[in-house]
Amino acid sequence: MPPKRATRKKESTDGDSRVRPFWSGTLTFGLVSVPVNLFPANQASRAPLRMLSPEGEPLARKYYSEKTERDLEADEMVRGYEVDKGKYVVVTDEELERLAPEKTRDIDLTRFVKEDSIPPLYFERGYFLTPAANSEKAYKLLVEAMEETAQAGIATFVMRGRENLVAIFKDHGVLRAETMRFADEIRSPAEVGLPEKKKVPPATVRRFETLISKKSKRDYSPGKLNDEQAEALLKLVKKKQAKPSNVVRVESEERDKGNVIDLVQILKRSLSGKTK
Amino acid sequence: MAARAIWKGELKLGTGKIPVKLYSAVSDRSVRFHILDDKHLMRVKQHMVHPDNGDEVSNQEIQKGFEVEPGKFVIVTDEDLKSLEPKPSREIEISEFVPPEKISQQWYERPYYLGPDGDENAYFALAEALEKRKREGIAHWVMRNKSYVGALRAQDGYLVLLTLRNANEVISAGDLPKPAGREPSKKEIDMAKHLVSLLEGEFNPADFKDEYRERVMEFIARKAKGRAPRLTAVKSKRKTTSLDSVLTKSIEVLRKRKRAA
Repeated sequence: MPPKRATRKKESTDGDSRVRPFWSGTLTFGLVSVPVNLFPANQASRAPLRMLSPEGEPLARKYYSEKTERDLEADEMVRGYEVDKGKYVVVTDEELERLAPEKTRDIDLTRFVKEDSIPPLYFERGYFLTPAANSEKAYKLLVEAMEETAQAGIATFVMRGRENLVAIFKDHGVLRAETMRFADEIRSPAEVGLPEKKKVPPATVRRFETLISKKSKRDYSPGKLNDEQAEALLKLVKKKQAKPSNVVRVESEERDKGNVIDLVQILKRSLSGKTK
Repeated sequence: MAARAIWKGELKLGTGKIPVKLYSAVSDRSVRFHILDDKHLMRVKQHMVHPDNGDEVSNQEIQKGFEVEPGKFVIVTDEDLKSLEPKPSREIEISEFVPPEKISQQWYERPYYLGPDGDENAYFALAEALEKRKREGIAHWVMRNKSYVGALRAQDGYLVLLTLRNANEVISAGDLPKPAGREPSKKEIDMAKHLVSLLEGEFNPADFKDEYRERVMEFIARKAKGRAPRLTAVKSKRKTTSLDSVLTKSIEVLRKRKRAA
C-alpha cells in the first residue's frame, strides 16, 4: 500500500449545513482579487466494501507501534521524511505551512492561454471554485471575461502541503480548477525509450484517416461512461441479499454517519451564497 | 534510462491490429512522507481491530461486506469478486473517434504512452492520421483484472492513452446553479476582457517550477543536520477596493510593463 500523505484530513461535517471547503483563498488577476472556496469536482465512485469481523461487526483501522505493540492516537503520530535508512526528519504541519513561498498562497493568474492548448497529459484532478465573502461580482466578472475570450488562467499555488500547477476554466458560469502535473513530472518519449519518429508511407496514413472518418462521431458525451464492474457488484449483492445467511446486521448506529458527504448539495449551497 | 513497459496489447482498429507496449507517462516527484510514532520515530503499522474491545482481527478472519442499508451488510466473498473480474484480453478496442473538445478536462485521469511493439509504420501512421483528423479514439481494454475506458490521442507524433473517469466520479458544472449575486456591468466586463488579453500567452509548462517542493527538501536537509531555520508565520492580507478602479489600475500597470519589455 502506498504511504498516505499525512496532511490529508477527512472533510468534516457539522450538522449538514456548514461544510468546510477543501481550501479557501484568493484568486487574483491583475490587481483584482476574488476570495474563493475550493471543493472537489471528483468523488469516489461508490462506497468501498467494508471489512467485517467473523461476527459481521464493521472493523476499525488502527495504527500501532511495532515497538510497544500499542495502538496510537492521532496526536501520537508525526510526519517524517526518511533521510537515511530508518532515520527520519520530522516535519510539522506548521512548518509545511510556513515554507510556502508568499506568492503561492494565492491563485495568481499571471497568464491566460487558449483553453484547448493544454495537452490532456497534464490534467490531474478537478475542483470547483465558489465565490466567498461577497466576491460574487468579481467572480462573475472573471467568468464573463473568460467566456468571451475562450481563455484559461494558469497559476501555481500551495494547497495542503503541495504546490499545484493549476488551470482555471469557466464551465457553465462556474469556475473550475484543474490541477496539473509539473513539466518534470511528465516523461518525454525519449525518456520512456520510445523509438525515434519515422517517416511513413502517405498511403498508410491515408488508410488510417479513412478508418477514423468512418468511425467518427460528432457528438459524444463521456457522461455515459459507467463503471461496469461496480454495477456488476451491485447486481450480485442484490441477488445474494435474498438469502438470509448472506446478510449480517449490526446494532451500533452512531458510527461514521458524518462521513457521507453529498458534494453536489454542498456546491449548490455554496454557489447560492447560503454557507454562512 | 528507458522505462519498462507495464503491459502489452494490441490496438484493434477495424480489421487490423497494431501491437503496442504501454508505459506510464508520469513520474511522481512529490515529497514522500511516512507516518511515525512520535516516541520512537519509527514507521507505524496498520491493523484492523474490533470496534468494541480493540482486539486485532487477522486477515484470514476478516470478511468483506457491502452495506445495503445502514447497519445491514451483504457478505461478498473472494470467489464472488473473482467472478466479477472481466475476461483477460490483450485487445484495446476503439469504439469511435470523437472531437477532443467533447471530452472536458475533468475526465482525464492517468496518461500512458503507447510504444510500437513491432509494426512501427502502422504505429506512426495512426499517430499522424489522428493528428491530421483532430480526433481522439474512445478505447476500451482490460488490464490487470480491471476494465478501463480511455482516450487514444496523438501527442507530438506519438500515441498516448489516457484513462477516463467513470460518470459517477465526475460532478458536472451543468448540474450546478449559477452563482448568486449582482452582475458586473458591460463596461467592467470589457475592461476585464482587456485585462485578460494583456495577460495572454502560450501554455509553456517549463515556465512553472515546483518551488515549494525544493524549499521543503532544502528545509529537511538542514533540519537533518540540526540546523533548521526559523520560519515565520503566514499573514493573510485581504483588501477591498472598487472593482472599477482596480481594473483600470491593473490595465495601466500591465500596459506599462508591456511597453517596457
